[in-house]
Amino acid sequence: MEAGEGKSKKAGGSRLCCICNQRRPVLKRPKTLQQICRECFYEVFEEEIHHVIVGNRLFKSGERVAIGASGGKDSTVLAYVLSELNRRHNYGLDLFLLSIDEGITGYRDDSLETVKRNEVQYGLPLQIVSYKDLYGWTMDEIVKMIGLKNNCTFCGVFRRQALDRGAALLKLDKLVTGHNADDIAETVLLNILRGDIARLSRCTSITTGEDGPIPRCKPFKYTYEKEIVMYAYFKKLDYFSTECIYSPNAYRGFAREFIKDLERLRPRAILDIIKSGEDFRIATTTKMPEQGTCERCGYISSQKWCKACVLLEGLNRGLPKMGIGRPRGSGNDQKDTKARSTAKSIESKQCGSLDF
Amino acid sequence: MQLTLEFGGGLELLCDSEKIHKVNVDLPNGAESDDFTMKHLLSWVRTNLIKERPEMFMKGDTVRPGVLVLVNDCDWELSGQLDTRIEEKDVIVFISTLHGG
Repeated sequence: MEAGEGKSKKAGGSRLCCICNQRRPVLKRPKTLQQICRECFYEVFEEEIHHVIVGNRLFKSGERVAIGASGGKDSTVLAYVLSELNRRHNYGLDLFLLSIDEGITGYRDDSLETVKRNEVQYGLPLQIVSYKDLYGWTMDEIVKMIGLKNNCTFCGVFRRQALDRGAALLKLDKLVTGHNADDIAETVLLNILRGDIARLSRCTSITTGEDGPIPRCKPFKYTYEKEIVMYAYFKKLDYFSTECIYSPNAYRGFAREFIKDLERLRPRAILDIIKSGEDFRIATTTKMPEQGTCERCGYISSQKWCKACVLLEGLNRGLPKMGIGRPRGSGNDQKDTKARSTAKSIESKQCGSLDF
Repeated sequence: MQLTLEFGGGLELLCDSEKIHKVNVDLPNGAESDDFTMKHLLSWVRTNLIKERPEMFMKGDTVRPGVLVLVNDCDWELSGQLDTRIEEKDVIVFISTLHGG
């Protein structure tokens, strides 16, 4: 303790951990501004997640549950904490890792190596589903065709469906993802910026897709990204940390930058944005898309064809703009006009036209 | 001043893909050794270690929002952020949180 005391004069002064009052604090929690030590941090971090799980009745005993695992910080910490809590509190869950290979060289192939290590480290069976097998296209091939804009639209839409396919293969009852408080606050802002009322009304739900093929839930909904990273650092958890090579062009980047600046000024803002999102009520006069099924594949959809089918059709016909943005004005040649009018009837709304 | 600097969460890509740097930092002219703070260190790092895209590491005088800083395994928010005093043999860790999870 003697050597520690000399350093503690500088780092955190003479304060002790707010919770145990015994040990030197190592972290200031953005959520509460409390200064806490390592051991107390582990405890509040894990137990808060346990309370979110129990309080929102996320699981039932005996369920087969997969963690959407990318090898990144959130899914790795989620896999670690969920298997720990499953043991400690006897959730009775059968846990798996489900990973999606979008076919992005230099990014996904490396992060998949991390998930394979996680499979061994945490003892959770791993299933990998690839875009190439499912759709006949890797993201690299898609980007070659459509250019560097709107990649995330394709990737996100395809990934959601790929997760559902993987869930069917594993005969899962539920899927969990590592979306954290920062992610959800960003999504609320994004939907406001885009006027996407349908998504705005759904994006703060802790469980979604209960009326679809597989319910998904987000146990980290109230967990700050900073704490996830600190937890992984102190516990020396193995994760992969590089930005997707196509992401610098993503619109979400602006929302993220703003949220990070906000957090610096007022850390509580992240949870408060989520609360605003939860308490939004849509005016009864606002027209909302109705849910049906895709005519081509039977998947859940608010349009005639689900977005994945529209996008795939566009790719296979060499029409990269199909399914993206507003339908264009005058056609240039007969082929284009025909395709465009099909696209027009398929998507009557620009935003809020997806129901995944 | 001998220091160990570590870069994680993708920041290592800005410093020749090296995660750990053992460095010897010259104190600014006329400064006393107990006057050396994170503010001085950041400036030194930007000049001497960051080889590309400095805007990914710093914004203005401080680290880019989303980059966590630990001094001897302790959140720098506890020791005054930029005013944290740096001493001989300290270990400073920079972790970026700005990537997929």
